[in-house]
Amino acid sequence: MSEEIRDITQMSMMDMVDYSGINNPDELRKLKERTPARIGIGHTGARYKTLPMLRFLADQAAASDAVFTEVDEAVIKKLGVFEVKTKCSSKYEMLTRPDWGRIFDEDQKQIIKEKCVANPQVQIYFGDGLCSPSIGANIPDLYPAIRKGLEYENVTVGTPFFVRYCRVNTARTIAPLLGAKVTCTLIGERPGLLTSESMSAYITYNARPDMLESEYTVVSNISRHGIPPVEAAAHIVDLILEILEKKKSGVNLS
Amino acid sequence: MNMVLKTRLYGKTYAFSSIKEVLAKASELKSGDCLAGVAAESTLQRIAAKVVLSELTVKDLRENPVVPYEEDSITRLIQDDIDENVYNRVKNWSLAELREWILSQSTTSEMIMEVSKGLTSEVISGVSKIMGNLDLIYAGRKIHITATCNTTIGGEGVLATRLQPNHPVDDVKGVMASTLEGLSYGIGDAVLGLNPAIDTVDSTLSIWKVLGDIKGRYSIPTQTCVLSHVTTQMEALKKGGKADLCFQSIAGSQKACEAFGISVEMLEEAKNMFLENGTAKGENVMYFETGQASELSSSAHYDSDQVTMECRCYGMARHYKPFLVNTVVGFMGPEYIYDTKQLIRAGLEDVFNGHLHGIPMGCDICYTNHMPTDQNDAETLAVLLANAGCHYVMGLPQGDDVMLMYQSTGYHDDAALREITHKRPIKEFEEWLNKWGIWEDGHLGRNAGDPTIFLKK
Repeated sequence: MSEEIRDITQMSMMDMVDYSGINNPDELRKLKERTPARIGIGHTGARYKTLPMLRFLADQAAASDAVFTEVDEAVIKKLGVFEVKTKCSSKYEMLTRPDWGRIFDEDQKQIIKEKCVANPQVQIYFGDGLCSPSIGANIPDLYPAIRKGLEYENVTVGTPFFVRYCRVNTARTIAPLLGAKVTCTLIGERPGLLTSESMSAYITYNARPDMLESEYTVVSNISRHGIPPVEAAAHIVDLILEILEKKKSGVNLS
Repeated sequence: MNMVLKTRLYGKTYAFSSIKEVLAKASELKSGDCLAGVAAESTLQRIAAKVVLSELTVKDLRENPVVPYEEDSITRLIQDDIDENVYNRVKNWSLAELREWILSQSTTSEMIMEVSKGLTSEVISGVSKIMGNLDLIYAGRKIHITATCNTTIGGEGVLATRLQPNHPVDDVKGVMASTLEGLSYGIGDAVLGLNPAIDTVDSTLSIWKVLGDIKGRYSIPTQTCVLSHVTTQMEALKKGGKADLCFQSIAGSQKACEAFGISVEMLEEAKNMFLENGTAKGENVMYFETGQASELSSSAHYDSDQVTMECRCYGMARHYKPFLVNTVVGFMGPEYIYDTKQLIRAGLEDVFNGHLHGIPMGCDICYTNHMPTDQNDAETLAVLLANAGCHYVMGLPQGDDVMLMYQSTGYHDDAALREITHKRPIKEFEEWLNKWGIWEDGHLGRNAGDPTIFLKK
């Protein structure tokens, strides 16, 4: 049988409206347009109608899978970068040991040192973070655009690589290891039900083990549902140029 | 009298070096306590710690706060608030005796609330560690704590709800849309309370106005609140803005409070400002949120376990006679509360421990997408807490927060919980709902789920 049931995740949330028993359908439509929140979905007894219930389950499952699945090695290969991993050896460890998700064993540090150009002005690397699909969904557009933008301004960019089980604070190790002035960590962010492929850029000047959290400059919500990758790249390039010039980042920048 | 911190189980000796260690090792398994390196090393060691704990007295625990009195303003607040007469009456009770007294059929809510005045947060944390999940529900359901802002929370047979109409960019029309929808499911008797995306005085003022206008236009017997930083709300109040409740997130040590940018004195000042210039009719004008392990996340836990540090938040909260306190139980992440089992335990502990401190305790029954949990887990915990005397729960459009990116209980869920457990909204609010045909005869009414009833000319 070739027939199949429609893909309920392709339905716009704006169209997920139930007008049955509604006094003023036009007004409900207007309310719905004002928020991405799941309103106007009807009810049966004090429970959800079946379609909105299933859509919620699908969106939550996508978010959960985004966290708990691994970035496929084929994705990394396609990006043409090498891979290292933090001290964590599983998603479980990554989620429960934030202290391990920021450090590397010696052999991994050696790989980074051997394969990367030393002392770049800007070191960019990718991390799975809390959202594995964000790598394949955003990096192919995001990274080349950042690199091109920086090189156009005669800024030297280091060798990119991928970090598995990566937390933002890996920057504290990477920057001193490679002698980078600025680090830019492109990392998957905790997914919500509206999107499960967003990433953030954490940019910092002179990252080091004893730096403050407030020294990160952050661009978040990068995805086709939020700030599109190419648009985000332009913004990130501007920020990096400003950070290089002022020799500081995060709250110190403003 | 000397404390004994050693016991044997199946012939093996288990010795502990301090009360702080006994408290931590006696705690049910939490990933946060493992991360902090204070959790029991085996299940039997955990039980040994519970045995030792059960023989310690109220006095032992009071005299050994997990953060020293001299070093910490929260410890001082908790210790100085103790009613010495009540304390002297119960100081020689062992925790085993305290547990059995709480669970006894002849012990009433009033009696528990009286004894509560003599218990420090460490005592309350301790007794909860020798209580099973059903103990926490059984004891919790008989405790009723009332507090009055515009209406009174905590009546017997009432399950109240906070309407949480968050929006990604605080769009006032979007906030209004979610608020009207929530009202149409009978949500919002505890508070109409928004977490702002943008923590500024202007944004706080504009949301106060939207919520205040809705409350005024439809004469809704409830209270309003914007959950920006307390200093932002104080500024907004000075600029002539109007709200009923003052919100702040709190933590269980001075150092952790400093990480939140707050102090004991600042909250006192905020409370007085809201009593004087806010719009509340009653004397309970504070709303606090907490959550296990916020102290650990700012390295301000003093090698203490997360249940005990959480209890100290309640010890702090009760000083300000709050209208609402809720734990945001599953928001901190899997490094602190890993899975469903830990989430359920934490929710039951927090609500019971809040009650035993004498505060009207609610729960944001929630989870993030980086925990191995889903909506079924939130629903399960909601049914447990509705039966455990939980004063209020959250209500969000289908349980999804489109600003904070986590899931909690939905408008529909709250209505279903009330129907299943035969609970009602706060009395005046129920009458208001009845007038609009939203809640009738203990279940959703003919107009339920239709926010457009508020928009007809």
